[in-house]
Amino acid sequence: MSHHLVGVDDVHYAYPDGTQALRGVSFLLHHGESLGLVGANGAGKSTLLLLLAGVVFPERGAVRVGDWPVTPATLPHVRRSLGMVFQDPDDQLFMPTVEDDVAFGPLQLGLPPDEVRARTAAALARVGAAHLGPRMPHRLSGGEKRAVSIATVLAMSPDVLVMDEPSAGLDPASRRGLVEQLQAFEHTKIVASHDLDLVYEVCRRTIVLVGGTVAADGPTAEVLARRDVLAAARLEPPLRLQGCPRCGAAG
Amino acid sequence: MTVGGAGQLGSLGALASRDTPAARLDARVKVLATLAFVAVVASFGRHDLLRLAPLALFPLVLAALGDVPLRALLRPLALAAPFALGVAAFEPLLDRAPAFTVGGVAISGGAVGMATILAKFALSLSAALLLVATTGFDHVCVALRRLGAPRALVAQLLLTHRYLFVLAAEAGRSLRAHALRAPGRRRPTLRVAGTMLGALLVRALARAERIHAAMKCRGFEGELPLVRRGRPGRPDALFAAATAALLLVARAVDVPARLGAGLAGGLP
Repeated sequence: MSHHLVGVDDVHYAYPDGTQALRGVSFLLHHGESLGLVGANGAGKSTLLLLLAGVVFPERGAVRVGDWPVTPATLPHVRRSLGMVFQDPDDQLFMPTVEDDVAFGPLQLGLPPDEVRARTAAALARVGAAHLGPRMPHRLSGGEKRAVSIATVLAMSPDVLVMDEPSAGLDPASRRGLVEQLQAFEHTKIVASHDLDLVYEVCRRTIVLVGGTVAADGPTAEVLARRDVLAAARLEPPLRLQGCPRCGAAG
Repeated sequence: MTVGGAGQLGSLGALASRDTPAARLDARVKVLATLAFVAVVASFGRHDLLRLAPLALFPLVLAALGDVPLRALLRPLALAAPFALGVAAFEPLLDRAPAFTVGGVAISGGAVGMATILAKFALSLSAALLLVATTGFDHVCVALRRLGAPRALVAQLLLTHRYLFVLAAEAGRSLRAHALRAPGRRRPTLRVAGTMLGALLVRALARAERIHAAMKCRGFEGELPLVRRGRPGRPDALFAAATAALLLVARAVDVPARLGAGLAGGLP
């Protein structure tokens, strides 16, 4: 086992239409770290996540997950160690029932039926969705869909949990539930989001992407306090770091 | 499938989650019985209207065993009826020779042919709808797979069913957005409808790519594994035997003619 879990080294990527999404991104992620990936629309967050999961491959530079360089040949290993939760739960949940969906990953891993059942139940319980097992995904609420999406990945016991905009479209109570769950996960995490308050609460470390490059990388509390960096990234400080709107006291 | 059609199929599928005698039957037995039923219905000629009558027992009994209200079948039948009508409509034009007379009114062979096509349509489709309403679409797919259907076909069926609702919801939102900005129109013009359909197609393709990425990330290699246990028991054997008997009798014996002859023979 290498000393770091995820390695991104000078990665460049352009979409087939020529849009340059990433221009030399590098970082290392260690076991147990929680990383927030923030940036404007089109800054390259989602692209970076797709590169980590081996959905697309860099035109220059290299990505490593665990002991494996991410290449077409190593994808089965990469996908065992990296669990990706997509932004739209309707993309993530493609099976007829919630149970089938959560069991999908473990079955693909070739686990025995008893183990699959145990993992499915444990993953659903972990996100507070044990009662949703027999339901059809298209009949769930937004918050329920999000919880189940996360369970589908937890059931595969990944070494690192990667999430794209996990709080998008959630009502405040569902969002609060999500934040508490993510705080409780001891997994290594990468969370790409515009929701800087979520990042502030869930991630110890934050990377700011601007125009496909790393504009800042450091402890969340420090990075999100740098107004110049946030302004360049078309972001605003998290509400908890902003002054009180009533009395004007500093956050 | 129309927006309404997806909803209909969804509510039929929801009926299957109840515990009824029909729902407890093995899915494979029901799939095979339904396939055999449709084959026998299709095997009758274009003037065999009356000989189809005994076959109505199959959907009626299955609906009763599954506690499926016939009302639930009528909506989807009505939605699909234009297709059958389109095929049947030409029959009366093509065959005007009188087949028999009822109370002095001559009924043409074409009219009988049209009624036969409609009866075949109603019987086959209600059997298929009842299969979904008593089994659930996912169980039907598992049964097909266990009966040897190719995995790509079953994966297609499952994904089509899953995303039918997403696509229908997207189409519904498009139509609503149009309605709110074109209050004077009941439906989009052909030109606008074309653009909307195009946009829907592009969104569907983009979604398909995202879904495929999500599937690959969780190890998809062609098979959508569904775990459904259960093996056929005594009720299944009984159901299979009863279905086989009904189909054989309906196929081999002209029941209405026999009944008619019996009645005529009984009367001096």
